Amino acid sequence: MLTLEIEDLEVERGGRRVLSGVALTVAEGNAVAVVGANGAGKSTFLRTIAGLIRPVSGMIRLVPAEGPASIFMHMVAHQNGIKLPLSAEENVRFWARTLGTDAPDPAAIEDALDRVGLLKLIETPAQFFSQGQRRRLALARLLAVPRPVWLLDEPTAGLDTASRRAFGAIMAEHLAAGGIILAATHEPLGVAAATLDLTAKGSAVAAGHTVQEGAP
Amino acid sequence: MSLGAIYRRDVRMAWSAGGGGPIGVIFYLAVTAVAPFALGPDLPLLARIGPALLWIAMLLALLLGLERLFQADHEDGTLDQLRLADTPLVLVVLAKAAAHWTAAALPLIAATPLAGILLNLSPRLLLVTLASLVLGTPALALIGAVGAALAVSLRRAGVLIAILVLPLSIPVVIFGVGAIEAAASARSAGPSFALLGALTLVFAVVGPLAAAAALREAD
Repeated sequence: MLTLEIEDLEVERGGRRVLSGVALTVAEGNAVAVVGANGAGKSTFLRTIAGLIRPVSGMIRLVPAEGPASIFMHMVAHQNGIKLPLSAEENVRFWARTLGTDAPDPAAIEDALDRVGLLKLIETPAQFFSQGQRRRLALARLLAVPRPVWLLDEPTAGLDTASRRAFGAIMAEHLAAGGIILAATHEPLGVAAATLDLTAKGSAVAAGHTVQEGAP
Repeated sequence: MSLGAIYRRDVRMAWSAGGGGPIGVIFYLAVTAVAPFALGPDLPLLARIGPALLWIAMLLALLLGLERLFQADHEDGTLDQLRLADTPLVLVVLAKAAAHWTAAALPLIAATPLAGILLNLSPRLLLVTLASLVLGTPALALIGAVGAALAVSLRRAGVLIAILVLPLSIPVVIFGVGAIEAAASARSAGPSFALLGALTLVFAVVGPLAAAAALREAD
């Protein structure tokens, strides 16, 4: 059973201690909503888990996983990580090749774009996309490359109601397939999730049991 | 392995609209075209200092695209994604430096025969010049990658990168021009070529390691 374990995490940013004593254990099939005031360290927390920031102390472990934990993780941050001159399909194909296999299945790429509602714009350069469409293109990465742990930083920022509902269904499907989701958010996540409040420093809520999926 | 995808995309982005690829070639030709006007109609003088001028123009033209080498990926979040890939960051840097060389240096080398005419370069010396550029410019691209990585999170980093990169480029220029001068004075260009190749190999190892370390600390 896949488990993400975080123990006694301490992170400094610019000489200031942002996170201290954060502990969290998430078993597969569970989602955690990371909440807290602006500047509480939500983005820092997710970036540290992804291995992009080196913590001062503490431990982040994904068991049972061979090799670096980051290759089992997806990160959707504030920046979408898309190239504007490239079409939607080229963007997703690049990430499928970089994060996944060398020869991605074209059907899987189309399917991922279909799920986020961008199939009609598959040949359109991303520079003509609205903010919400660019966000959906970034989310298509999650579907194009299967990775068990999703680290999402305000995933639904800029999305309309229908897209939020669709992404809620995508998240529910990922959890049902044994995935793990950690999402920093100010809004309801759209799936049943435990809560980790970073404002109350040092407190941690462990998501131990399997969350039953209800209709979003 | 996804290095081919990174390499191809970077080359394409450099030559797509706003990528700056064609600007470098025009800049290179403009710099070499100004030289005959500045030096006057002294053909033997031009022929003598022509190779050095070509190398300096090459050095400056290669600085143009460096600022965006990692900064563009840093700003739009691509760099974070590349760090989550299965591929070590050192190899990602190497692929990006190779793409920078292909997109920036290779067109300049292709334009060098044209610039050589402006500088009254004999066909034999032109061939030696081309060989020295082919052998030496990868080292310049790799040194440039280190400078670009160090300045990845800074605004208006172009001048800073130039200050970081130019001193490290001196040995490359010395042996690049040295090989051409040796050939011009009928000495063997072999030792200079060997040292130029050695520099490229050294920077092929040191450059990506240093640049990857700088990128990891950029957060």
